[in-house]
Amino acid sequence: MTIRRLLIANRGEIAVRIIRAAQELGIHTIQVFSDADADSLAVKLADDAVNIGGAQASKSYLNISAIIEAAKSSKADAVHPGYGFFSENADFADAVVAAGMIFVGPSGDTIRLMGDKVSARQVAAKAGVLTVPGSDGRIEDIEEARAVADKTGFPVMIKAAAGGGGRGIRIVADMAEFELQAPQAKAEAEAAFGDGGLYIEKVIESARHIEVQVLGDGKNVVHCYERECSLQRRRQKVWEEAPAAVLPADVRTELCRAAVALAVSVKYKGAGTVEFLYDDRTQAFHFIEMNTRIQVEHPVSEFICGVDLVREMLRIAGGEPLRYAQEDIVARGHAIEVRINAEDPAMDFMPFPGVVSELIAPGGPGVRFDTMLYAGYAIPPFYDSLLGKLIVWDEDRSAAIARLQRALNELEIEGVKTTKPLFIALAADGDVREARFDTRWLEGWLKQNKAKLA
Amino acid sequence: MANKQVLSPLPGTFYRKPTPDDPAYKSEGDSVAVGDVIGLVEVMKSFHEVKSDASGTVGSFLVENEDAVMAGQPILELSD
Repeated sequence: MTIRRLLIANRGEIAVRIIRAAQELGIHTIQVFSDADADSLAVKLADDAVNIGGAQASKSYLNISAIIEAAKSSKADAVHPGYGFFSENADFADAVVAAGMIFVGPSGDTIRLMGDKVSARQVAAKAGVLTVPGSDGRIEDIEEARAVADKTGFPVMIKAAAGGGGRGIRIVADMAEFELQAPQAKAEAEAAFGDGGLYIEKVIESARHIEVQVLGDGKNVVHCYERECSLQRRRQKVWEEAPAAVLPADVRTELCRAAVALAVSVKYKGAGTVEFLYDDRTQAFHFIEMNTRIQVEHPVSEFICGVDLVREMLRIAGGEPLRYAQEDIVARGHAIEVRINAEDPAMDFMPFPGVVSELIAPGGPGVRFDTMLYAGYAIPPFYDSLLGKLIVWDEDRSAAIARLQRALNELEIEGVKTTKPLFIALAADGDVREARFDTRWLEGWLKQNKAKLA
Repeated sequence: MANKQVLSPLPGTFYRKPTPDDPAYKSEGDSVAVGDVIGLVEVMKSFHEVKSDASGTVGSFLVENEDAVMAGQPILELSD
């Protein structure tokens, strides 16, 4: 069944991205919006828009019944969840299907399976993919947790089995700290997620975050190569690129093969990402988790592979088989994305909502700016700070960095503070230019380079 | 007797308690010193303490817990 009327159950730049893909396929777009988003770009671009409630996400974008009601009343036949909000909520996916519509993404069961850290690890292990050393299953009591931590060795991470997106994670250096933190972690997991299940994972001290983009139709799966997202602040990615600069060709082949094997083993349907930690000294990679949605940084893969991932998601959800065999997907050149957030880098990344008095978007060859901004737009304070993503492509990494610098200089967002100065400084940094970093590098750099961000 | 107001420094969502299970930072009749935390404002998923820049006694809160607030909006009325 081809999708004819698509409800976009999200906001911001990803809503704009989905509307564009849908409209190119001739699909009628219906944008939901909260009281604070009536003037959003997504509402302006969509064919129809439906108000679903109050400004706070809990009253609108996180209200299942309001969204399902909006979808029914607007006669939508499919719902795209974007990223964040309900994108990895199995109950939401089930509710969409129960209401007689298509959920653009994998089944609720697949979301449930991969959303639980423990079952996801078991899936990976079964598919022959190496996982980070840690507990084999979920751990209910502290006694058992202690035994696992003792066996894997410190430092270890205590994670909430039901957590995600960097939430519910504690790192402990030794047994004394473990004794203190483990009971707190359990209580916190119970309070935050209604599930006190934990799992223990060894901390890999110097690792790069490398992830593989996959696309499946429920039967066949292809990969669109890898992305490196090691530059992170407080576990949030700020700069992503494709391909990973340091990956030897044989390791790349093995990594992508592992991701596809894992996705095939769960009959994956839609776009997904298999995340790994990679140690470039030993060339070992370990599975961390699978994200069963489109990701913020998907455009870098689109740039190097020439595949429109959001369009393919819609085609697959509409029942079409995968249009690509693996050999059809050829990676070329290098792409970099930087996240332009409404934050003041000079003030410890303090959020900075406000009115965009003027906007000059960068353009020219190899430049893409996915944004929710327009001149005169008042950025609401109720949602995350991502304003847009500046993505560049060029024939190799150093040319891509030069193009990024050129595009950053063109970008002007007046009236609010943004993370643009961070990326101007990073693009000029010797370590970044040589791709010498791991997931902890940026935090250290920020301490040393405060002056560059003033 | 002059009434003083505490203004929200940021736009966002106002909370009177540190977490849903905790008691409110301040209740009517409590005394407030300069620098006391009277609530939190959540802006773009990060939480910021609202501190009083005056001293006095809590008269009344001008916004409800979890209300949306604008930057500069009066949150609390203090009496001497």
